[in-house]
Amino acid sequence: MTTASPKTRKATAAANGRPKEIVNDFSMTVATKNGSGSQTSNVTLLRAMFRMGIPVSGKNLFPSNIQGLPTWYTIRASKDGYTARRETHEVVVAMNGDTFVDDFRKVVPGGAFYYADDLKFAMDRKDIAIYPVPAKKLAKESGAPAALRDYVANMAYVGVVAQMMDIDMDKIRAALDFHFSGREKPIALNMGVIEAAAQFARETLTKNDPYVVRPMNKTGGLIMADGNTAAALGAIYGGVQFLSWYPITPASSLAEGVSAYISDLRDDPAKPEERTYAIVQAEDELAAAGMAVGAGWGGLRAMTSTSGPGISLMTEFTGLAYYAEVPIVIWDVQRMGPSTGLPTRTSQGDISMVHSLGHGDTENIILLPGSATECFEFGWKAFDIAERLQTPVFVLSDLDLGMNQWMTKPFEYPDVEMDRGKVLWEKDLDKWVHDKPWGRYLDVDKDGITYRTLPGNKHPRSAYFARGTGHDEYGRYTERGDDWERNMARLAKKFKTAVKFLPKPEVKRAKDAKVGILSFGSTDAAILEGRDRLLQGRRPLKTNYLRLRAIPFSREVRKFIEDNKYVYVVEMNRDGQLHQLLTVAYPDLAKKLISVAKNDGLPLSARFVDESIRGEEK
Amino acid sequence: MTETNGTTTAKGLNTVGLAKNDYRGAATTLCAGCGHNSIANQVIAMAYELNIVPEDMIKFSGIGCSSKSPTYFLSRSFGFNSLHGRMPSVATGALFADHTLKGLAVSGDGDTTNIGMGQFKHIMRRNVPMVYIIENNGVYGLTKGQFSATAEHGLKLKSQGVNEFMPVDVVMEALASHATFIARSFAGDAHQVKELIKAALSHNGIAVLDIISPCVTFNNEDDARHSYGWAKEHQEPLHDFTFVPMEEEITAEYQPGDTTTVTMHDGSKIVLKKTSRDYDPTDRYAAMRMVQETSEQNMLLTGLIYVETQRESLRDIYKLPKTHGLNRFTAKDLRPSKASIKKVNDMMF
Ligand SMILES: Cc1ncc(C[n+]2csc(CCOP(=O)(O)OP(=O)(O)O)c2C)c(N)n1
Ligand code: SF4
Ligand SMILES: [Mg+2]
Repeated sequence: MTTASPKTRKATAAANGRPKEIVNDFSMTVATKNGSGSQTSNVTLLRAMFRMGIPVSGKNLFPSNIQGLPTWYTIRASKDGYTARRETHEVVVAMNGDTFVDDFRKVVPGGAFYYADDLKFAMDRKDIAIYPVPAKKLAKESGAPAALRDYVANMAYVGVVAQMMDIDMDKIRAALDFHFSGREKPIALNMGVIEAAAQFARETLTKNDPYVVRPMNKTGGLIMADGNTAAALGAIYGGVQFLSWYPITPASSLAEGVSAYISDLRDDPAKPEERTYAIVQAEDELAAAGMAVGAGWGGLRAMTSTSGPGISLMTEFTGLAYYAEVPIVIWDVQRMGPSTGLPTRTSQGDISMVHSLGHGDTENIILLPGSATECFEFGWKAFDIAERLQTPVFVLSDLDLGMNQWMTKPFEYPDVEMDRGKVLWEKDLDKWVHDKPWGRYLDVDKDGITYRTLPGNKHPRSAYFARGTGHDEYGRYTERGDDWERNMARLAKKFKTAVKFLPKPEVKRAKDAKVGILSFGSTDAAILEGRDRLLQGRRPLKTNYLRLRAIPFSREVRKFIEDNKYVYVVEMNRDGQLHQLLTVAYPDLAKKLISVAKNDGLPLSARFVDESIRGEEK
Repeated sequence: MTETNGTTTAKGLNTVGLAKNDYRGAATTLCAGCGHNSIANQVIAMAYELNIVPEDMIKFSGIGCSSKSPTYFLSRSFGFNSLHGRMPSVATGALFADHTLKGLAVSGDGDTTNIGMGQFKHIMRRNVPMVYIIENNGVYGLTKGQFSATAEHGLKLKSQGVNEFMPVDVVMEALASHATFIARSFAGDAHQVKELIKAALSHNGIAVLDIISPCVTFNNEDDARHSYGWAKEHQEPLHDFTFVPMEEEITAEYQPGDTTTVTMHDGSKIVLKKTSRDYDPTDRYAAMRMVQETSEQNMLLTGLIYVETQRESLRDIYKLPKTHGLNRFTAKDLRPSKASIKKVNDMMF
């Protein structure tokens, strides 16, 4: 089955005096109840459009609840390739009576409103097109078993929307085929409902709004992925050997991703009884961090993944790891804090905390991925950095990046050999040539990074008693002030050395631009689009852009600030935390830094970037 | 009691060529007479007598006077003096790094039953193969004598007043949490302590040793449950306990019906010679009843209270390499092939 050809459609549209088509440029929001099984329908629409070559992104706005509360899934299609959240809703699909009235109001004038026709509400707008979806009826007629009926009812809007917006049925089938891994029975059941719904639409509805999709060729060579899955796969390619974690939204799918994929990628079929890794669901985040510290100290590539509340609990352990110099990787998929906060809303509010997490003089390495592909890349790189520097490496993602569907570059195989850092095994100790005997915290290379031995080393001089208490170069307990200061000075030196092992910022310059935008993480999409918006209008503004990828800051950051008249620091938190860190790092440049911060729990929009910067420019 | 161990040469070297001194650590900084020192000495003696290569052992502790003591033994073994109450998680992680090592952990009553109760419960539940010694003195030694959760109801301490709360019984907690080797002892009974640690080390699973280890500085009045005086007066050994390492044979003669023999995972044996009562250390219900009853009767019941040799340990549950620790894997074992990346990208959409 195919949809009506666009040509005939256009002709009828013109004859009806219908508005001019708006092609591949809209946000479609599907309003449902969570737990109602609408995810398959939403990703099917998303994937079908992606397969049609149209740039898309999919964002799920969901409650902290298992069943019955409102959920909105937004698919943005953008011929220009923009993937940020768009604040307007051009197409709305209303499947939830509880939010019906609001959802109805939400549609932009001239937009389209699809609704489940068993929901009876007054629909008193003349400025939008309104289409019924006989979801219940079609589900009933589909022959689906009663238990699956609500679920397949969601397929009805897929069919109606596809018909009315010209989404290719073959691509819808391809999406279902992928989703159900080729299993014919569920594909046929769902496809049956979709086709019946499309037929209903074709026979009874008249297109009355401008929003349509047309095939393009802008997604070739790209994949769709969420950041958590990407991070999990990256960790597997990084040779993760130990993962301990405690469930928390929005981080759980990262650890679950490792569990789901690791066996396939890492088990040796010749040795089914021998694994190269272990995964433990710990009793809490304290234990998750503690196990990772034990494993990292023992020489495993160890990681844990969590969100803000978990980071708070891990604090004592990350301080221990900083001071005892234990490599571990900690993914913080940020959600809105403080406290339990908004568990299902996105934020970049942990950066200050993580930067100096721990009591006393502590400093941490932070990696800041800005795309799903970069989640993969930092997934493996974080281990190299942690083992090279013998310290915790935090990777700050967020709910938007971690859990939503992004169009992204394919994952690339690591381009460098694994770096296991300065580790001495038996034969290395035999060959130790320095003037002093080996000591765990002896800085023989003068770069602040010392040599470590690992438990299981059978050399009689290999062992030491690791501790979070004061220690000298040989790991012996000491309370002497000079020992303490010498060790802390070395740690500071280590963090100077660190910068050269960290990813450099990504800088985009515009010719003749005098002001800069500095940002990190998932805001990238909104900033790229925001910069284009700033070029439009009566007073166009050219901007340079630095996307930070790691802390401590590298020389490029100072240079970027110096090169611009002033720099907008854009981030998703209340206090402008990165702005504060930059101000402290570069007090002489502080006057050039302007904070642009937003924290309403939603992914940043280009409109916000555009308007807040324009507002400042006035 | 029969000495079955301690094969030594004339020069005092054991069969792996080490002298007792090779098992020592730094000089102790604990108070003279502290129970923890006696236990440290028994760890040294036990390792020497069992002919252990120190590099084959790994030590763990939390924070407290007790947790300092691994500094004072086995300086040739790796160790981690971790955080207050969090030793179990660190030990679990480290033993994943090399599960072929023999783990020996020292904690205090505060470290384990106050701040660390959660991790204590979970390491038992997971049956992590390791010896877990609780040096139990009823107080926080290192922070100067506050009550811990094992302090008995009504305990009066000069600086603290009267303890109004019911105590936690380490052994009952261990029984409730399915620990697979549970014993109680008293630092003043050096021989029993040593033999129990030997047996515990041969166990494939968590071995919890609740050792009454008096704090001579803050809680050693004769009427206090964790004092030398009280423990000496009220100790009631369940049995006469002998550990026979796997390479040795049982040489002593026993009357039939007088002894129970438990064969451990590695083939070594524990011979339990009956004292005053019949007791089967493999019966969990009987153990619970016995611990409860003797506690009500003001007895310090010591010896092997419970053992279960057949349950899988964490090491068995996770399919760990047969011959070496996970930490011996190198890049070529850990990174999937270059060809696999295409498959991964195809798995996305
Ligand atoms: C998080 C934290 N809180 C408090 C302390 C202070 N502290 C150190 S040791 C200790 C109690 C130790 O008691 P116990 O485990 O019974 O050991 P003991 O000294 O009696 O052998 C406390 C509260 C600490 N080190 N860390
Ligand atoms: S204070 Fe008590 S527990 Fe601490 S060393 Fe002294 S006697 Fe031992
Ligand atoms: Mg104590």
